[in-house]
Amino acid sequence: MRIWDLHCHLTGLPGLTPEERATHLLRYADRVGIERLCVYMGLRFLQNPTPEQLIQQNNEVLRALAAFPDRLFGFVYLSAEHIETSLAELERCVAHGPMVGVKLWVAGRCNNPLLDPLIARAAELKALVFQHTWIKTGGNYPGESTPDDLVALAQRFPSVPLICGHTGGNWRLGLRAIQHQPNLYADLAGSDPTAGITEAAVAALGPDRVLYGSDAPGRSFSSQLAKVHGADLPEPIKQKVFHTNLHRLLTPILTAKGIKT
Amino acid sequence: MPTRRSFLTQAAAFTAAPLLSPAASSSGITDVNLHLHRWPHHRLPHDTPTALADHLRAKGVTQAWTGSFDALLHTDLTAVNARLAADCAKTAPDLLLPIGTLNPTHPRWQDDLKRCQQTHGMKALRLYPGFHRYTLADPAFRHLLEAAITARIPLQIVSQLEDERTQHPALQTPAVDLKTLPALLKDIPEARIMVLNASATMIHTALQPSPNLWLDIAKLEGCGVVETLLQTWPIEQLAFGSNAPFFYWQAAKLKLQESALTPTQIHTLTHPTLLL
Repeated sequence: MRIWDLHCHLTGLPGLTPEERATHLLRYADRVGIERLCVYMGLRFLQNPTPEQLIQQNNEVLRALAAFPDRLFGFVYLSAEHIETSLAELERCVAHGPMVGVKLWVAGRCNNPLLDPLIARAAELKALVFQHTWIKTGGNYPGESTPDDLVALAQRFPSVPLICGHTGGNWRLGLRAIQHQPNLYADLAGSDPTAGITEAAVAALGPDRVLYGSDAPGRSFSSQLAKVHGADLPEPIKQKVFHTNLHRLLTPILTAKGIKT
Repeated sequence: MPTRRSFLTQAAAFTAAPLLSPAASSSGITDVNLHLHRWPHHRLPHDTPTALADHLRAKGVTQAWTGSFDALLHTDLTAVNARLAADCAKTAPDLLLPIGTLNPTHPRWQDDLKRCQQTHGMKALRLYPGFHRYTLADPAFRHLLEAAITARIPLQIVSQLEDERTQHPALQTPAVDLKTLPALLKDIPEARIMVLNASATMIHTALQPSPNLWLDIAKLEGCGVVETLLQTWPIEQLAFGSNAPFFYWQAAKLKLQESALTPTQIHTLTHPTLLL
């Protein structure tokens, strides 16, 4: 079974440098059979980074990528609060750098049309766009998107694949929200390994729109891999979730950049 | 620095090893954290006695410490415990070890303790302070602890079941505050307590190793989290618990693989001493 992990970070690992952190991350990934990892954001979590901090965060990921070019994919961290800097970072890290995707977190909700230039440029570059989403019982952060917010964005860019990070956390509601928007994909990462999530995602979206991710190192690889290994699904569908679907989504930009996998 | 070559070598070893296949060893696995019956908000896979027993046997579990989800909200715990005992005995008496529930805020909870032990032959009992709305600082909890010592029966405290962020809005249940437990266990060294579903943060901020305190691994998160915890927590006081069928059972099993553990350590984890 080939496994690519859609959703990893450098925060919360031993080591002072990006290279040391990535070394630790890969040590654990190796033990559980993960071949490639998508990494975004830097050595610490910054929910609303300044332009300078955005650049620093991306520089840290670039160092990790340079150390492990055959194991890590990088997504550039952008912010709805700093559109000009974000557009410049897209050029620096994706158009002229090794990164292959975009990460949007909680600086601003993604239904805001201010984000449109970022999505449009990312699409031109074939970069895969990942948007964090949650539906928290106790309430979201002010700038934290819901799956419904992402549906609004996806309707403005119906030909651009967009990833619904965490499937909204409360995945039963998240799946309902994104089910009928065919350019939205479910990220299984970063929630408790509640039984049934993967079966429900495949039932709602079909086997081609569900992606394994861990949110390591905040989560263990184990708890998140179990969502797929433990699902009552045929092995070929598990392979799609673990690898084939993400590989398909990344193929345009990997091909454009000449990255062989 | 791992290279693609070294990764492929390791991946091949991973593929060859039956890491997700039944039975970590010939003596099987004891899973200390399981439930029968219905989760209140939705159906779960394997939530009938036969389905759960079949699922666990297929994974190599040979002893399953099993409580009842009905105990979370049902007022009549006497009936809940009787159903649990009957279902375990009828379905898989060699596998399903019934763990009854007590609620020290109920009148005459001592009767339930006696029935669980003397009528149903239960070897341990389970508490849900979050759902039953008491704290570990309440005198009622201490009274129950002292009664359990007298009855020579260990207790499992379920510190949490579900991420607070995804709980049903009408039934929000905060994680149990464990901070008073170390002093209490020091004060009452005869007590035997296993805390289920504690997160690494809860452990590091509230607990300290003690010969009368056990933990399980079901809610531990983070890369290599078991080996990390073992830097400060004795393996003899740690147990394999899955929180199935609420969680995928494989999550706990894979944690033994993600951490660098010796066969002896894995055997210790999967054969807890709480009931010995």
